[in-house]
Parts: sequence; C-alpha cells; structure tokens
Amino acid sequence: MIGLIDYGAGNLLSVKKALEYLNVNCKVVRSPDDINEIDRIILPGVGAFESAVKNLHNRGLFNFIRDWIHKGNSYLGICLGMQLLMEYSEESTLNIKGFHLIDGNVIKFKCNKVPQIGWNQLKFCKESPLFEDIKDNSFFYFVHSYYINPVDDTYTIGITDYNVPFTATIQKGNVYGVQFHPEKSSINGLKLIKNWVDLC
Amino acid sequence: MLATRIIPCLDVDEGKVVKGIKFKNIKEAGDPVELAREYNSQGADELVFLDIGASYKSREILSNVVEAVSKEVFIPLTVGGGIRSIDDMRKVLLAGADKVAICTSAIQNPELISDGAKAFGSQCIVLSIDAKKDGNSWFAFTHGGRKNSGLDAIEWAKEGEKLGAGEILLNSIDMDGTKSGYDIELTNKVSEAVSIPVIASGGAGTLQQVLDAIKFGKADAVLLASLLHFGEYTITDIKYFLQENGVIVRW
Repeated sequence: MIGLIDYGAGNLLSVKKALEYLNVNCKVVRSPDDINEIDRIILPGVGAFESAVKNLHNRGLFNFIRDWIHKGNSYLGICLGMQLLMEYSEESTLNIKGFHLIDGNVIKFKCNKVPQIGWNQLKFCKESPLFEDIKDNSFFYFVHSYYINPVDDTYTIGITDYNVPFTATIQKGNVYGVQFHPEKSSINGLKLIKNWVDLC
Repeated sequence: MLATRIIPCLDVDEGKVVKGIKFKNIKEAGDPVELAREYNSQGADELVFLDIGASYKSREILSNVVEAVSKEVFIPLTVGGGIRSIDDMRKVLLAGADKVAICTSAIQNPELISDGAKAFGSQCIVLSIDAKKDGNSWFAFTHGGRKNSGLDAIEWAKEGEKLGAGEILLNSIDMDGTKSGYDIELTNKVSEAVSIPVIASGGAGTLQQVLDAIKFGKADAVLLASLLHFGEYTITDIKYFLQENGVIVRW
C-alpha cells in the first residue's frame, strides 16, 4: 500500500486524486500510527523547507522517513519532497537538516522571474523506468523558487533549463524525486506516476 | 525552456459559463465541466474559474464544478470571485483548486495576500487586478469593474508582489470582451515592474493580438475567453500560430 505523507501543508489532495484516477489505492499517513501496511511512500510537498522539516518532526514522521529511504525503501518525493532528500537548503539555516540521502544542498534561482511557474521540458540524461512511454523533452508543470544542487550528477536522471540547467529528476535505487508536479502535468504526469506505481 | 501558458478563463454564474463585454452584456457560453474537459483535451495549460455570480449559492455550485473537474483534469486550476477570507480560500483549495485569485477583497484588505501566502504558499495566491485607463495612468477597480479604488494599477501590482502574491492576473476593463487586443502597454509596464509571472487578460480577438501580448506585452501567460468559447479558434490553433512565431508552447 502506498502511504501519502500529510505534514499539514502539502498538495496532498491533488496527488490523491491522481492516484484515484489511476485506480491505485493509497493511505494518508499523518503519524507513525498510520504506517502499518505501508510499503511505499509518496511525499508531496509545497511550502517552505524549514516548516516541512519541523512539521515532520512534530508528527513523529521525520526520522521514520529518513530511516525508510536510507534503507533503500520505495519513495517518491514531489517538489519539496524531492528537496528534502538533500542535506540542507538555502531557504533555511544550516541546522535545519533534510533527509540527506544525497550530498548537496537546495539553492534559489538567481535570475529571471522567481518562482518559476509553468510548463518546462524535462531532458532525460539517464534511462529510467520512470520515463517509460514518455518522450524526451516532454513538458511538466513546475512551481518553485528553489532547486536541488547535488555535489555531482551521479543520481541525476533528468534536467530542466530555467536560464540555468538544474536537476529536475533524481533516482537513487528505489528513491525517486521530481521537482515538477506530475499530478498537475496532464497525461505525461499521470504516466510518470503510473510508471512509479508499476515499479517492482 | 519554459513555455508561455495559454489559459482559458471560465466566468461562471449559477453553474453556467457566461461571457460579457467590458464586464457587461453577459451571454451564456456553456457548461463549465464540459468546457473544462474540452479545453484540457485541446491542450490548455491551466484553467481559471471565476465566480461572477458571487452569491452564496453560486459559489457553492462553482465549488462543485471545481471538485468534478479536479477528478479528471490534471492541470492547475485557479478559482476566483468573492473570496474574502482565509476560510474561503481553504474551501476552494479543498474542493480541488490549486490557486485562488483575489481582487476586490485584496484591495479592501491587503493582509489577505500575506495571510494567504503564509497559510498556503505564494504559489497559491494570484492577485487579480482589474485595471482601467484614465489619462496616462491605470487604476485598479473593485466590485467587478464598477468602483475605482484610486490605486495605481502598476503600484498595486508591485505592492501585491511584496505582500506575497505568486502571480498577477492583469485584466484590462477597457479591452475586456472587445476582441480589439490586449492592453499591451499596461501588460508591458506591469510585467517590467514585478518579478512574478503576469497573466494578460482582456481583449483577445485575433491570433496576432495574442502574440503581441507575449512579444511586446512580455506576458508570461495569456488568458482567453470569448475567442475560445464561441469556437473561433481552438487552443491547438493558437499554439501552432504562436510556435510558428517563435513562442515556446507546450504540446
């Protein structure tokens, strides 16, 4: 069963609706009491890095998810849910730590209109089951001011260009992160979610 | 590269899509759920629903429309019209909206922008500005274009950004429904004044005018109503034309 993490600020509802549309069962996880039967996790996120970290701690979920992904369990992080895979974010102080599965931080766009809002292209740089039946350079819907800045591109599987090229999709084993919102990215987004659901 | 967004706008009154000229002479244009479905299949990048009935009942009906649309259309949905409080925002977001547009209530109570941004994030808050030209300036109007707030529209856009709005939806009252083109000058001035995306609205009548709003108005997105509702062009037609003229669009 897929557990959809609710930390109080995410765009949980639209992800839930997309899963329902795809006839995929999921369970909303608000506390450690809800984790029975959960074998996969989606962490959808909007809002600030710091408040997400704090809310996850307050709900007793932070350490659980951190251990979950470090053990290599199945995870899909959307937007902030991807950024939390890094060590820390420019958006908050250094003592606010993410899950730190991947070395690097989260930084802010320096030019252009910020936030980036709208449809941008995802360029595949590695093969991944996540991209099955999706064309290279397809458009996905982005809403963000910050992006991940891994120390190297070992785990980067897709990049997007918003005046600066950045990692828009990442994979380390069973852990995936996407900067865009697949649940708001029409047919390609639904395909990507379905691809993730169909893994293993 | 980031695509320029084509956004159909559905003005909804008591569950029916309607469209007027200069905010008046309203005529019916169809069922909102059906139109949403159709525009999504044509490649709409987002959808905007504005409740122009603004009665309690009308808003309730629109919430149901948004709920139905959000179950089958997976693109961003914005809802506006008569949203006066954080609680109103929460209700439409729970119904399935991704963003809320506020106009009159933001002018009456600018804290609604900052409170909304704090509660739901800036990306959720679209500041809608109904602007009308008077002499060399544009003023922000309230109450569906009936009252001049006295605020300079460009200054108000800057203030809105400062307060935490994530996007500006810029409507020209002078051009609304006239099909004589967007107010390019206004769009350009606002777009240059803020660093958040600006959605041009009001006046699209030809494909060239849509292109001009993007090219000369520097709009990040264009809102369309009459041009689409009465079947003159499809979104696909518009995107082809824009692409041929060097605009990046999403397919």
